[in-house]
Amino acid sequence: MLAIAALVIWAAGWWLNVRLANGAASDHAVVRVLIPLIFGLTIVVVWELLVRGFDVNPVILPAPSVIVERMLNEGPRLWADFQQTIIKGAMTGYVIGGLAAFGTAILADRSDFLTRGILPVGSFMAALPIVGIAPIFVKWLGSDWESKAAVVAVMVYFPILVNTVAGLRDTGPMQRDLMRTYGAGYWPTLMKLRLPAAMPFIFNGLKIGTTLALIGAIVAEFFGSPTVGMGFRISTSFGQLALDMVWAEIVIAAIAGSAFYGIMTLIEKRVTFWHPSQR
Amino acid sequence: MKSVLPVLTVVAAILAFWLAAVVPMNMHLVADQAQRDGLEVSPETPVARQEVSGVGLAFRNPHLIPLTYDFVRPRLPAPQQVAGEMYDTIIDKKITSKRSLVYHGWVTLAPTLLGFAIGTGLGILLAVGIVYSRVMDRSVMPWAIVSQTIPILALAPMVIVVLGSMGIQGLFPKSLIAAYLSFFPVVVGMVKGLRAPDAMQLDLLRTYNASKAQGFWSLRLPASVPYLFASLKIGIAASLIGTIVAELPTGARAGFGARMLVGDQYGQPLVSWAALFAAALTAAALVGLFGLIERITLKRMGMQAA
Repeated sequence: MLAIAALVIWAAGWWLNVRLANGAASDHAVVRVLIPLIFGLTIVVVWELLVRGFDVNPVILPAPSVIVERMLNEGPRLWADFQQTIIKGAMTGYVIGGLAAFGTAILADRSDFLTRGILPVGSFMAALPIVGIAPIFVKWLGSDWESKAAVVAVMVYFPILVNTVAGLRDTGPMQRDLMRTYGAGYWPTLMKLRLPAAMPFIFNGLKIGTTLALIGAIVAEFFGSPTVGMGFRISTSFGQLALDMVWAEIVIAAIAGSAFYGIMTLIEKRVTFWHPSQR
Repeated sequence: MKSVLPVLTVVAAILAFWLAAVVPMNMHLVADQAQRDGLEVSPETPVARQEVSGVGLAFRNPHLIPLTYDFVRPRLPAPQQVAGEMYDTIIDKKITSKRSLVYHGWVTLAPTLLGFAIGTGLGILLAVGIVYSRVMDRSVMPWAIVSQTIPILALAPMVIVVLGSMGIQGLFPKSLIAAYLSFFPVVVGMVKGLRAPDAMQLDLLRTYNASKAQGFWSLRLPASVPYLFASLKIGIAASLIGTIVAELPTGARAGFGARMLVGDQYGQPLVSWAALFAAALTAAALVGLFGLIERITLKRMGMQAA
């Protein structure tokens, strides 16, 4: 019965979206937000109905309502996990890694020779499975958030480094000549021309880093952590077969990841308002 | 080719940093061991040594420095130790041996490639759907973009255990994660690529009275190839990372991830480090392979490789 209802709701949601997308108002801002929302909502409702209809074992897949209930009941604990993993682990590491990458890029930028060496090596390193260092770092720095921050710092370092170095090279000879006719030295040229021109690249690296930071912080907790943290909670709740708690953490991680990325995009919009992609 | 020298310089700098770090990282362990072996060490008690930093200890016991490069269970192994272990487990060991890294590499590589193939195939199909259907574009595309900001990789081990508890084991669960991770980069890149032809080119095909299918095969698909390769290179790296993370904390017995964890838990750091570097080499080889195919394909098609 519920399975049939799920099918009907799926069809209704899709039909509504077809009407909206092909209708006259399809380019309206509200409709543009509405369509993906309807799509997401249908999936959640269909999920709920199918889980109830087929009596799916909650150890395999809990219903969305159960997950939401769990999130509401476990608020303080989820908040503590969020602070430990996202604020202390991911954010600290992200800031350290970002600053280190930025500093390296500025230093290397003075030498064309170094820049040509750093670009290929850095993009090579950025493609490597760096998360694998997590067990080693946990052993070196202990199981509290410091080791997670270190893993995150190393993971975000290379994408940000490569993008910053590439960005600093992005000015044309005409633009640099103009600065020279103004009698601007190295530092004024860097501050007024090359850094602003590098901003779209830097933000690209920063945005890649947001997801990596969360991944690093959560995965590193699988190898040792105090009795708090999202990775710790995911693996222990899993051991207790409390899948609703695991999913609650997944939802938090998803929201945190999108919010982190969203914040970076907002800052990027303010900083690089002049770039064609933002206009 | 003119960037060979700079690259070598940077690599040499990293190696030098590593070599320098080996001494302070291992100094305390080496000093403890040296004392047990009857060598002279200052300060004399382990407690007093904890007060001194690794660098300070190296200055007070210069005769111990060579020992840090050849320690059995180092905190940070020296480069030549890792290289030796890799040579030993990749070339000297028989491929069928449980200690051979080639064997473990294949255990990781097989699900990666299978998953990558599935993820890429489905990704291209979805991208075609998105480009030709307004509804799919409007309803699925925002979610495809949002899903890239979600740290889904962190959940890979759980997926393995859930599927394992349902009786699904072996290649498939790991492939699923590899497929998922390569899926979205391919979707996003292919959508961009299939939309790359500009209005002039599309208009030209309309004046030829070309059908939608002809437009797809002779304009949109060729135009998307450079974008596809860019996505493939991201996707294969992501797939490999996904498989390794999936192997890490799940009690897997074989694969790069399992080797990294085994070395860590049983006090054999060299095993961990060799697995880490072998994984890095594999990732580099895969990305390099796709880069090569990209260059050849684009050349054949008359496009310059980006």
